[in-house]
Amino acid sequence: MPEEILFEELVHPGAAWSHVLKRGTALRLTDLEGGANAGMLLYNFECPVERLNLPDTLKAQHIARLTKDFVLYSDMGRILCSVTADSLGWHDALGGASNASLVKSKYGEATYQQCRNDYHTNGLDKFLIELAKWGLGSRDITANVNFFSKVSVDGDGGIKFEPGFSTAGSYVELRAEMNVLVILNTCQHPLDPNPIYAPKPVQLTVKRVPAPFDNDPCRLSRTENERGFTLTERYFL
Amino acid sequence: MSGAILVESKLDPAKALYREIVLAGDPWIREIKAGQIFRIVDLEGNQAADTLFYNAADHADRYSYQDTIREQGNIYLTTGSKLMSSGGNVLLTIVADTCGRHDTLGGACAAESNMVRYAIEKRSMHACRQSFLAGLLGFDSSFEKRDIPGNINFFMNVPVTPEGKLTFEDGISEPGKYVEMRAETDVLGLISNCPQLNNPCNGYNPTPIEVIIWEGEHVS
Repeated sequence: MPEEILFEELVHPGAAWSHVLKRGTALRLTDLEGGANAGMLLYNFECPVERLNLPDTLKAQHIARLTKDFVLYSDMGRILCSVTADSLGWHDALGGASNASLVKSKYGEATYQQCRNDYHTNGLDKFLIELAKWGLGSRDITANVNFFSKVSVDGDGGIKFEPGFSTAGSYVELRAEMNVLVILNTCQHPLDPNPIYAPKPVQLTVKRVPAPFDNDPCRLSRTENERGFTLTERYFL
Repeated sequence: MSGAILVESKLDPAKALYREIVLAGDPWIREIKAGQIFRIVDLEGNQAADTLFYNAADHADRYSYQDTIREQGNIYLTTGSKLMSSGGNVLLTIVADTCGRHDTLGGACAAESNMVRYAIEKRSMHACRQSFLAGLLGFDSSFEKRDIPGNINFFMNVPVTPEGKLTFEDGISEPGKYVEMRAETDVLGLISNCPQLNNPCNGYNPTPIEVIIWEGEHVS
């Protein structure tokens, strides 16, 4: 079965988006201008208490970043999404989301009354409002991924954000292995040293894609992932 | 912040308000009041103490490893580390540490993650998230699995390479090493004294820890 584009949508700078990404479809995120950040949380749509677990994701694959051929695990040992394409080689799993006090201290205040839809917003509040639309709340906030951002770690454990890492046209693609509630926002990375409030847009493309074959690179990248795919497939039996 | 900051405590366990041995594989849960000093002792060495904290006034406001890492600019916990909540509040500050490095990234073992990491037949083995659930539900039946975020692994050593590889190194803890923290607000503390037998995080031999709490004014 060839790939088929189902729809496209532009997420404006500093905005949020949510969607139930069905098993058998994929979501491509494209950084149109360079310097974007896409904060993301993932849940099993059928039972949202099952959700993205980044510690389980990192330790199962011995990684502290995300890129092609790795997968995103739920806390129940199943694979929510696989990373099937990536032009960058690094997406952040450490930095988390900005909050209101961080944004205010970095960029000052800019209200809706002053700036209309360019008002200052933050990752945590965007997550909470989008989660509320699906009946979820602050107890459902968990560690998030930041696509298009790189945060590396030195020998003493110090973390470093790499400015200018994502260039215009950079992309990453997630194949849904379950029916996944995707909660996304385009707020700046909380460690972005840019002194100016300047979030960037992200282009979304939802496609129908083939199911992973037995020789799928994400399945074969680690024996842990072979078991992860087995457990995910059993869920649908 | 960089590297281990080794600081010994002046507090005398004989003057503590509360002392309890937590046996290998058991949960522990208790409220710690603002200003109280909370110590976890690795009695026999190489034992991972998987730990979570909740704001006692609002359990939805709980320890967040991403906020903690970002605010201190470092993935390891040691003296001076402020343990941040998901709502941006400081829950506790580490005030003494004779081990020098504690993990923020590895999370807790679970029946399900053991199936992925080791073998599907491992489902029945005791695991930290079983203990977390038992501890939480024993304290308040309104707690749910969604109240278990990523936790601290006191006494565990999980370095990250500059290339973004997560590695599991031998523990740097030894018998009697401890970490001590001051509650900055009333918190609920939850520990799973890790029962993991599939990897060397407990030296393949889980052992007891001791939990000690002092009133703040006993600081000498």
